[in-house]
Amino acid sequence: MDTLELKKAKPQPKALKNLSGSVAVLEALLAEEVTTIFGYPGGAIMPIYDALYDYKDKLKHILVRHEQGAIHAAQGFARVSGKTGVVFATSGPGATNLVTGLADAMIDSTPVVCITGQVFAHLLGTDAFQETDVINITTPVTKWNYQVTDASEIPAVLAKAFYIAGSGRPGPVLIDITKNAQLQLFEYQGYTKCEHIRSYRPKPIVRKEYVEAAAKLINKAERPFVVFGQGVILGKAEKEFKQFIEKAGIPAAWTIMGMSAIPTDHPLGAGMLGMHGNYGPNVLTNECDVLIAIGMRFDDRVTGRLDKYAKQAKVIHLDIDPAEIDKNVKADVPVWGDCKETLPMLTALVEQKVYPQWLQKFNDYKQKEEEKVIKDELNPTGEVMTMGEVIKTLNELTNGDAIIVTDVGQHQMVACRYAKYNHSKSNITSGGLGTMGFALPAAIGAAYGDTSRTTIAIIGDGGFQMTLQELGTIMQFKPNVKIIILNNQFLGMVRQWQQLFHEKRYSFVDITSPDFVQVAKGFGIPGKSISKRGELKDSLKQMLEQDGSFLLEIMVGKENNVFPMVPQGRGVAECVLSKEEI
Amino acid sequence: MTKKEFTITVYTENQVGLLNRIAIIFSRRKINVESLNTSPTEVDSVHRFTIVINETEEVVRKLCRQIEKQVEVLKAYYNTEHEIVWQELALYKVPTDVIAAEVKVERLLRENGAHTVVIRKDYTVFAVAGHREETEALIKVLEPFGLIEFVRTGRVAIIKGSSGFHERLKEFEQTEPGEEVLENEYLDKNEEVFTM
Repeated sequence: MDTLELKKAKPQPKALKNLSGSVAVLEALLAEEVTTIFGYPGGAIMPIYDALYDYKDKLKHILVRHEQGAIHAAQGFARVSGKTGVVFATSGPGATNLVTGLADAMIDSTPVVCITGQVFAHLLGTDAFQETDVINITTPVTKWNYQVTDASEIPAVLAKAFYIAGSGRPGPVLIDITKNAQLQLFEYQGYTKCEHIRSYRPKPIVRKEYVEAAAKLINKAERPFVVFGQGVILGKAEKEFKQFIEKAGIPAAWTIMGMSAIPTDHPLGAGMLGMHGNYGPNVLTNECDVLIAIGMRFDDRVTGRLDKYAKQAKVIHLDIDPAEIDKNVKADVPVWGDCKETLPMLTALVEQKVYPQWLQKFNDYKQKEEEKVIKDELNPTGEVMTMGEVIKTLNELTNGDAIIVTDVGQHQMVACRYAKYNHSKSNITSGGLGTMGFALPAAIGAAYGDTSRTTIAIIGDGGFQMTLQELGTIMQFKPNVKIIILNNQFLGMVRQWQQLFHEKRYSFVDITSPDFVQVAKGFGIPGKSISKRGELKDSLKQMLEQDGSFLLEIMVGKENNVFPMVPQGRGVAECVLSKEEI
Repeated sequence: MTKKEFTITVYTENQVGLLNRIAIIFSRRKINVESLNTSPTEVDSVHRFTIVINETEEVVRKLCRQIEKQVEVLKAYYNTEHEIVWQELALYKVPTDVIAAEVKVERLLRENGAHTVVIRKDYTVFAVAGHREETEALIKVLEPFGLIEFVRTGRVAIIKGSSGFHERLKEFEQTEPGEEVLENEYLDKNEEVFTM
């Protein structure tokens, strides 16, 4: 039987002009309104770089120091700008160096298009120099990938790549282009943006019945609770979300990825969920009667033990990805769709309400957390500084207007717990994959993603040493990135676990660091190291006022722990506030 | 929930690399694939995977959602044995002289629905199409007579309740589906069909 697709594939009109595959790649980027590329050249991608030479005034190329840096930068760019990040890398090691970033972008739903060079098509499978099977290596960590061996495929394939990366639940796409296809001249028919792929439906039809059922449950609820994730930000539905919770009067807690979708001091903001989230939202997850999950995926770091998670509640789950519904937590009412569409429908149907007693419960838990954890973390009386007081002081200086990029570990949890945000897309972190070394390159990308705001990378002493080569990128291209290293002279999060769960057997967490200020100096970046509270505010001010990048190393308590904590294998209600409670 | 046999039918684009994308959905979760077959369908350009696994229905449903999530997958269905008509094909190679000498072999072959594919001086190849028990039964029968080689295909299955894929494909080819379009069946109804 004939299909529409086959009918469409009828002979095309006569060619307009001859173009090389490489030029077609760059034309595609221009058509997709790409402004910035993060990349690193090499043998198999040389034709594209050669073409780029003539596009220097139209496309900004940031030469990173390692391909992992390129993809993290593209992720930072995408997360801050809401656009798709673009990466160039060569074949073999260039492409394999992207894998960590692809996995990170996959699990955190970040739109990235990676273009890798590949050996000549006739050399595929011959173990040629710098040949690796990039398509198969990256299949589990890409939303879609494709190998181009003929230049004529390039316009349509790149159009598909951008469409797939940015639509529906976003994700990374990798296009591997053999060198012959880059060099090949072909009859260029122009570039048409992709708007439809018959086997892919990014925007599902919303079923009103389910929105109605959800509204019914919410209107009957006595203790409703909203938990939301990055879906609100990816769906550009911050306004719709705010209108929903404000009309329904429901307290809302964010996952680490959902953070900054609403201002952190919103009166209905209940704080952060998860292993090191706030006390109230964790414990009260198990006391609500209706749990409304919006654009989140019930990660194990959020739910703790699943068989002890919100068992008493009716669950409403709004998500654009049907595979997320019932994956971890069974939904009583699944609302499948783009939350930009479903939230206004829901808002229209819910009654205007307030839940003073229920909100009071959140306040009571907040008080308890304040007394037992926050007070000492933000206003310590001991001699050494805490990470928390650094973030508090930073908040005073930025007023919550900065983009904060964090790495992975204790500093990440502390920064996410205490940083203030007024604007969406302000908290950039590696949430799902937990990639140490993410922050510095991601901050470079973030700085290009929004040049009007201050970008501050907060990194631990361990994570910084994983990708510090990107200081070279900062040196050369001068993105305005402020770098704070919270140095506790340990791989702090692992140390905390070893202390709490492995009888303090500190196994290889004692990490020696170079003189970070000297390292920065070597890269032409001014810096300073402080260990006294008295210097904190002025030093942060100096960093923020510096014209260009600045590295500030802050020595903090060596063996401080992050609390509250939902220990692994326990339920959210078993959240503890101190190590004595474990 | 107990594990049982499910047959998963996946309609896809014909794309290099898609087999791997689908296979790793199972291997990532350490699920053994009992049988896998790829085939064209009644519709040009649409391909069909038939995959057999032993799992609980809950796991199978989640697997189908992960499969449908792949960009080039049009649709994934899962069915129990009762909801499908299925066949596997097996080939058996036996020494010709033994067959010729033993009269009862011919009767046994006939009883097991085998037909002769090729007869040569040194060996004969028989074929049986049927269910697993049937193809397995003939192994037992032929073993005493010097079975030289045995091979079996993956399962092919037709869903009893299916009306084919052509109509469905027309819906997928529309850029903006109308309200009446039969995709997005209700998520909370545990139908055999889950849709993209």
